[in-house]
Amino acid sequence: MSESNSVLRHARYVVSENPVTGFAFAMFLLIAFAALFGPYIVPHDPLASDTAATLQPPSIKHWFGTDQLGRDIFSRVVVATRLDFAIAISSVILVFAMGGLAGIASGFFGGWTDRIVGRISDTIMAFPLFVLAMGIVAALGNTVTNIVLATAVINFPLYVRVARAEANVRREAGFVQAARLSGNGEFRVLLMHILPNIMPIMMVQVSLTMGYAILNAAGLSFIGLGVRPPTPEWGIMVAEGSGNIISGEWWIALFPGLALMLAVFCFNLLGDGLRDLVDPQRRT
Amino acid sequence: MKRREFLKSALAAGATLSAPAIFSPAKAQSRQETLLIVSESGPNNLDIHGVGTNVPGYEVSWNCYDRLISHEMKTGPNGQPYYDKDKFKMELADDMKLGDMSVTFKLKKNAVFQDGTPVAAKDVKWSLDRAVTVGGFPTFQMAAGSLTKPEQFVVVDDNTVRVDFARKDRLTIPDLAVIVPCVLNSELVKKNATEKDPWGLDYVKQNTVGSGAYKVVSWVAGTEVVFERNDKWTGGPAPKVRKVIWRMVPSAGNRRALLERGDADISYDLPNKDFVELKSDGKLNIISTPYSNGIQYIGMNVKNPPFDNPKVRQAVAYAIPYQKIMDAVLFGLAKPLFGAPANAPTEVAWPQPHKFNTNIEKAKALMAEAGYPNGFETTISFDLGFAGVNEPICVLTQESLAQIGIKCTINKVPGANWRTELNKKALPLYTNVFSGWLDYPEYFFIWCYHGKNSIFNTMSYQSKETDTFIDGAVTAAANGDKATYEKDVEGFVDQAYADMPRIPLYQPYVNVAMQKNVSGYAYWFHRRLDYRTLVKG
Amino acid sequence: MLGLIAKRLLLAIPNLIGVVIITFLLTRALPGDPAAYFAGPAANKEAIEQIRVKLGLDRPLPEQFVRYVKELAGGDLGNSLTTGQPVVTEIRNRLPASAELTLFGLVISISIAVPLGILAAVKQGSWIDHACRVVATAGVSLPVFFTGLLLVYVFYFLLGWSPAPLGRLDVFFSAPPQVTGFYLIDSLIARDFGLFRAALSQLILPGVTLGVFSLAPIARMTRASMLAVLGSDFVRTARASGLDTRTVILTYAFRNAMLPVITTLGMVFSFLLGANVLVEKVFAWPGIGSYAVEALIASDFAPVQGFVLTMAILYVALNLIIDVLYGLIDPRVRLEG
Repeated sequence: MSESNSVLRHARYVVSENPVTGFAFAMFLLIAFAALFGPYIVPHDPLASDTAATLQPPSIKHWFGTDQLGRDIFSRVVVATRLDFAIAISSVILVFAMGGLAGIASGFFGGWTDRIVGRISDTIMAFPLFVLAMGIVAALGNTVTNIVLATAVINFPLYVRVARAEANVRREAGFVQAARLSGNGEFRVLLMHILPNIMPIMMVQVSLTMGYAILNAAGLSFIGLGVRPPTPEWGIMVAEGSGNIISGEWWIALFPGLALMLAVFCFNLLGDGLRDLVDPQRRT
Repeated sequence: MKRREFLKSALAAGATLSAPAIFSPAKAQSRQETLLIVSESGPNNLDIHGVGTNVPGYEVSWNCYDRLISHEMKTGPNGQPYYDKDKFKMELADDMKLGDMSVTFKLKKNAVFQDGTPVAAKDVKWSLDRAVTVGGFPTFQMAAGSLTKPEQFVVVDDNTVRVDFARKDRLTIPDLAVIVPCVLNSELVKKNATEKDPWGLDYVKQNTVGSGAYKVVSWVAGTEVVFERNDKWTGGPAPKVRKVIWRMVPSAGNRRALLERGDADISYDLPNKDFVELKSDGKLNIISTPYSNGIQYIGMNVKNPPFDNPKVRQAVAYAIPYQKIMDAVLFGLAKPLFGAPANAPTEVAWPQPHKFNTNIEKAKALMAEAGYPNGFETTISFDLGFAGVNEPICVLTQESLAQIGIKCTINKVPGANWRTELNKKALPLYTNVFSGWLDYPEYFFIWCYHGKNSIFNTMSYQSKETDTFIDGAVTAAANGDKATYEKDVEGFVDQAYADMPRIPLYQPYVNVAMQKNVSGYAYWFHRRLDYRTLVKG
Repeated sequence: MLGLIAKRLLLAIPNLIGVVIITFLLTRALPGDPAAYFAGPAANKEAIEQIRVKLGLDRPLPEQFVRYVKELAGGDLGNSLTTGQPVVTEIRNRLPASAELTLFGLVISISIAVPLGILAAVKQGSWIDHACRVVATAGVSLPVFFTGLLLVYVFYFLLGWSPAPLGRLDVFFSAPPQVTGFYLIDSLIARDFGLFRAALSQLILPGVTLGVFSLAPIARMTRASMLAVLGSDFVRTARASGLDTRTVILTYAFRNAMLPVITTLGMVFSFLLGANVLVEKVFAWPGIGSYAVEALIASDFAPVQGFVLTMAILYVALNLIIDVLYGLIDPRVRLEG
């Protein structure tokens, strides 16, 4: 039996145990599809305003209705997938690079590396995290880059903690000794042997962070520190539409809100499923 | 388990106990006597002479302090009470005698401060001295009417004050009726002043020490201000509302919900769309009044390319989606200042509409003539503090300008930084609103167009011709020379509309939503609420 | 025990210093100019410069920092520009409001999440288990301000069950005499049951909003912990000895499973305290969250610095309490510590 075969079998077993994970995975594919191809297949231009048709409820022409400037909400929600997906992925890549590497280095080498990384991590943890994100975006300017940076910074301690714990456990493991004996330098061992080994555990964390990154961007938009208009992004669409709930135009906030919820939901469940897949002991 | 049951029952009990205070008879009566105002933000200082006092603070000052004179009311453009800028009413003064280079006021003999101390001429002088000495906005506003030195304020006797003019200025008397020259209880403040703080700014920040119709009995910064009627007020007929509670509710949706459910009495702080809908629903009274001397405009920095080229500015003026803005952003609640007929004569009035309207073809042609056939890139900035209106204006403008090749990135500037950014005079393209308390065309132009380059001349506009007209108009007004005045006003308006350093969009409306049983709203130049005329029930 | 406390406090000091420095730098990096704000809307360049000198903002950064630290040592957190009040007073007035709301939300959350987690663990693998996971995750997948606004719309606007979202108390009630600053407790101390009901009814919607958001981590941790404990030896022994299921689950398993849950609670509490800024904005709650947010948007340094410092100290205290609690509950931990 080849290795991939057994992985697939294991995966199928896990999915059958937990249909929710299968559902989450299907949702994930749908989101990825919308992110990649969305802008090419939407019926209307997400940026085109039409002041003759503002605040229309869902209809045949506009599946999700129109917003305050007459833009088609369905098109905007689909096109926003790309930006939110991009925010989610870049946030995790950044925090993985920063936090994951810092974590395994501190867990593996210990000593001063551990102390310094620990200090930085603790200091960040001492801040109310959302306010820190707000502060970073307010200070540096509300661009997508800064939002991603802020999300990465506030998740840094968490990644450090997980990576450090994993690297620590494996520090004196057999395969590491073997790698050293074969003449690999410490850094090589770290990057070529430890890192791939902890990937599965980190993947779980990664998918949870993806959901969190999108929620963070939404919260920042509500305060006014989100992406710049007229870019479609779920969070800012929900924030803008919230004012219209009382006046009865529920569709402006609801559809982006549902999309956002579905995406975060999907990432969270995927995280749970991945955890079941890679580390049955930690199954929650 | 027991704990869980307790919690569950407490939750259930709490959820059903939502009944508003109306169910209790004592509370019902007090609800009837109290006016509840809701707005997004509140005052940061109760003293208009204070350092950094924000606009909500002006409302407190207006209602809790008296001035020598105020304005009579007339019927405004919408049939509602509107302040009469030409007719003055005696408030603290009983009598006003205009001399050649001075004006003398006799104070009301029975005027008293809220603590019972009679109002004397020395209080008036002390207060006016304070206004011109503390610096910042109050001093600036006093200077707008040529009131600059304490020497101008003279105590003739216990009951008589004389204000000497520094020069003949038509704006001096109206400037005495604005919010800033309010009269404070000088003895009380001096008791609470210190060497480091001789004007008692710290004390007056937290306490109202005037003779006005209301006094502040409680202020929780950021949450609420509670006013009670001062029954000793002599400035006019006794106000009908005994208690006013002003609550801060940050969410606009919640403010609307409160009004619709009858849990709040007044708000003027709602999106235009809500005002239009509430009006058509008919459950509330909605009153809309145009801003006196106020304009929302698109401004350009005329010192630097590409907006230093008048053809570019005119191209922009042809490319703005005026009607779209009126429809989608304002829902019709504003007076358009665009699209005047080509043969319309210039009036002696301000604001007045310009002759530009949306015409993309003409705009493209002008861009080509100006040497930018392929357009250029720039940023359009706005004040996030008024994002409800500013953001869609910028989005629509960005879309429209893209059609003539101008690619704009939208730059959101947080409210607290907006003034700083404007002051730098480096923003190439932006939208802003300006309005003046003194409703005279030359007043607007001195601040916004004159080469003296005040901070309100956000475009850094310099034009000798315009300056000549403005200076001419000011002198003519001071001398009562009507013919020259009218010629000069028409002159500077024509010049401004030929050069187009700023493109007026519309004259905004002040909108107020009130419960059906609330009446007595009157429009004032400061656009804040005057509690003294409000009636409930 | 005392040694543990002292050691932790000592370790916390460098963190606090780091927090102070970073906050200082961050607020100075904010784009606003307090001098321009103070000088007022009509000030020209000279007037602004004058105010800048008066406020000490023209001095080089290190000097400003020293001045800040000196004031801090004297307990002076500066004044807020937007409200004009001293920061210390404002924080002291607003902190109980946020704390009461957060605790209330946490109580709601625990009362739902813990039973949910136990149920999911006991019925592991069944549809109940999946349903619990879905419900818990759904709560945390919506932006918290959206949940809040929806609840206001449904329960206040449409149904009228809930009172107006006007903050801690309806306008016609005055606050109870201050003992703890928690209206629920203070009103009971003052024996004013009408006030108690009024305060409670205002707390429900925002509390539920916060509670929904923190369901997931607590439920998840309870489930995981219960699962681990249910599979352990002593539970098997208890079952084998013939004890009924209820006693086994609640008396034996639950008590032992609570330890990691308590740690999670601490994490969740501190997370909520920072996250309730959005809830406070929606419900006009006069807490430190809304205070800090408004100050941040207005580039108002002092409240932001004061808020962050207060939070940091609170976290240290909180983590300490949790560790002590942990040590009290679990003797094994005490021996190591």
